[in-house]
Amino acid sequence: MEKKTLLTVKNLHVSYDTPKGVVEAVRGVSFELGQERLGIVGESGSGKSQTGRAILRLTASRSRVRAECVEFDGIDLLHASESTMRGIRGNRISMIMQDPQYSLNPVMTVGEQIAEAYRIHSSAGRKKARQHTIEMLNTVRIREPEKVYHLYPHEVSGGMGQRIMIAMMLIPEPDLIIADEPTSALDVTVQLQVLALLDDMVRERGMGLIFISHDLQLVASFCDRVLVMYGGRVMEVLEAKNLENAQHAYTRGLLNCLPKLDGSHEILPVLKRDSSWLE
Amino acid sequence: MAEQYSTSENPIHRINAWLRSDAPDSIFQARCQRFYFNWLEFKSNPIALLGFLIILVLVLISIFAPWITGGDGLKQDLSQRLLPPSSKYWFGTDGFGRDIFDRIIWGSRITLFIVGLVGIIVVPIGMLIGTIAGYLGGWVDNVLMRFTDIFLAFPRLILALAFVSALGPGLGNAVLAIALTTWSPFARIARAETLTIRNAEHIMAAQVQGASTGRILLYHITPLCLSSMIVRLTLDMAGIILTAAGLGFLGLGAQPPLPEWGAMISAGRQFLVDQWWVATIPGIAILTVSMGFNLLGDGLRDVLDPRSGE
Amino acid sequence: MIKVDDLNVVFGTGASSVHALRGVSFHVGKGESFGLVGESGSGKTTVLRVIAGLNSHWSGTIEVDQIRLGEKREKSFRKRLQMVFQDPYGSLHPRHTVNDILKEPLIIHRFDKIEKRILQALDEVGLGAQFRFRYPHQLSGGQRQRIAIARALILEPSVVLLDEPTSALDVSVQAEVLNLLLGLREEHGLTYIMVSHDLAVVGHLCERIAVMNRGMIVEEMTDEQLRSNTTRHGYSQQLLVASKGFDREAIQKFMDFS
Repeated sequence: MEKKTLLTVKNLHVSYDTPKGVVEAVRGVSFELGQERLGIVGESGSGKSQTGRAILRLTASRSRVRAECVEFDGIDLLHASESTMRGIRGNRISMIMQDPQYSLNPVMTVGEQIAEAYRIHSSAGRKKARQHTIEMLNTVRIREPEKVYHLYPHEVSGGMGQRIMIAMMLIPEPDLIIADEPTSALDVTVQLQVLALLDDMVRERGMGLIFISHDLQLVASFCDRVLVMYGGRVMEVLEAKNLENAQHAYTRGLLNCLPKLDGSHEILPVLKRDSSWLE
Repeated sequence: MAEQYSTSENPIHRINAWLRSDAPDSIFQARCQRFYFNWLEFKSNPIALLGFLIILVLVLISIFAPWITGGDGLKQDLSQRLLPPSSKYWFGTDGFGRDIFDRIIWGSRITLFIVGLVGIIVVPIGMLIGTIAGYLGGWVDNVLMRFTDIFLAFPRLILALAFVSALGPGLGNAVLAIALTTWSPFARIARAETLTIRNAEHIMAAQVQGASTGRILLYHITPLCLSSMIVRLTLDMAGIILTAAGLGFLGLGAQPPLPEWGAMISAGRQFLVDQWWVATIPGIAILTVSMGFNLLGDGLRDVLDPRSGE
Repeated sequence: MIKVDDLNVVFGTGASSVHALRGVSFHVGKGESFGLVGESGSGKTTVLRVIAGLNSHWSGTIEVDQIRLGEKREKSFRKRLQMVFQDPYGSLHPRHTVNDILKEPLIIHRFDKIEKRILQALDEVGLGAQFRFRYPHQLSGGQRQRIAIARALILEPSVVLLDEPTSALDVSVQAEVLNLLLGLREEHGLTYIMVSHDLAVVGHLCERIAVMNRGMIVEEMTDEQLRSNTTRHGYSQQLLVASKGFDREAIQKFMDFS
């Protein structure tokens, strides 16, 4: 694989104000991403989603983002103007969210929405956009794309909805996809099928992928590298295939407390959190 | 248990720590905390705060009316008729030589009386009908909601007029008429809220425990509907005040010599061109209070609406 | 302890009706843990809801403790069978404190020594008295689920229905809750029926597991069979493969079982 750095994040901090005081969601996260699949794993509150959003400056309005550097293909995302950001979001960096029902416009057919996404980014004509959309639906392995084109978001199943989201995110041919728990709401088998599809797309088109998930095993089996987060910090960066040899106590603890398919009914080892991890 | 809060000598710091503690020791502390955090959020909205202050001033004025004014707002002095605002009569005098300032102050009691009584009648009725219809569904829902629709279909002031002319004019009947025309949207809202709450897992948990339908309605569903009812009531207050003023203006509400603001406008109508203050001052009072309630309602919605997230 | 025979559930009428359960039968012995695994729409949660009395449109027979259940449940029966729900955020009343939540079942069933029982229940699920006056939003997901378990156990039931009790929790918290459930079963001799989409979780807690698909039980197996990977039905095989993570080749072979 060609080692071209696509995204550099250095010392990223995200904090936001609540009535109870300032909450530090992300505290000093740094990583580099090439054309590879990077998994960000963590439990709730680890700051994994905030990290993904901060890259696209999509954090909530009450929050503050600080960093030494967030650079995407030579563009400083921290200080880019809002219009530059609009040009990047969706066009060059796409984001796939957890629930397609909330991310799709309920009063537009899914086909029209994909076609519109294409037209915004390519200024193609109506007819060409439609044709391209149907091709795209075909690529994400939706049977009878002509028929699905005219369905409304509530008429499609969760798995199909997520495929449609992927089609919509891929149609502008972005360089980087940030997928935030893209399949957590789906059944295991459907989840894996959707991931297989995402995998194909990323490989064929040479994109970078940031895959944010709580599922350590899934991420390890799917990605090239895994970044383990806890309490807003990076605990450890691993080659995915070396997961079994993880060094950090947190990663080890996470692995150990998973119930195994060995049919034993033993008490599971409980993860002991160490305050020194956050120093 | 009290030691954990006494780390600071300053009592304000101690109260603050008590309110912000993650582990309340009593139900009282838990309730105070929830109130405190709602207040913090409410306070951060200056417009809502303005509305709250207007209503607070209204309440204080009506409580302290006897001390604020010299008389009872009814004393006539025909030698002092229709005097313009001055240092003696701040808002001038009306056609019977009564001090308009005094009457406005005393009138605040009537306004609060109307608004409060309508609220006390309307919220329980709307809640009862709405939650029963929403929770039981089926034919009960159909019957109750068609009944509600009948009331919803009439224009408010017209229906109130019909009631008052049937029952006879007077403040009590005006309140009753307004209540009868106001409850139906509350039933609708309570039903809509109940429909979304009905399938929540905590309601199922109560069913599995064997809670009776009445208990689920009263103890589990009602508290969750209450906040949207309060918000709706505050937003409706302006309309209630205007309807009451409208009835007063038409002579069907509070009867003379009661200083009801709507009736005051009506009485000042004949002097509108030459003695503008007689009708204008009560008009401003109605406007201010209506706006106060509206602003307060908007602010409360932001704080209390469960959908805005905890 | 529990016998379910030829359970059928149909939602709706006419052309739009959905046959949610088709002839589901199983039995669970006293002190046993029985698991129902399946994907969404398999009807696994419907089975639990019918047993709990939350769903009245069913046919077939259900026996609990030799008592045949009708559509209406006696109040005294409610005490014996309790349920823990999936969503720790939705299963606690947002305006009730922990104290209110735990007191409610005690009041309904007219228990005495309410204060003592509440403190004991909190203690049993590993939460101290300091949690007593908190609102649900002041609790973490795991703590909420502990409260939900305490609420189910405070009536001293013999059967507890578990509807995906850990699927909304982080894995480290899931381990704690699973340990708690294992310990409580031992201590009180409880009978569990657990529903989950996660084979590993069900396999960890239950001795016997039924795999459901489209409203039917396609296969019943023991933990032994799960361990040795000797499931017979293709659908259970596929679930087993899927729960082991991303495997490009295996996914290619996935079929649609309908």
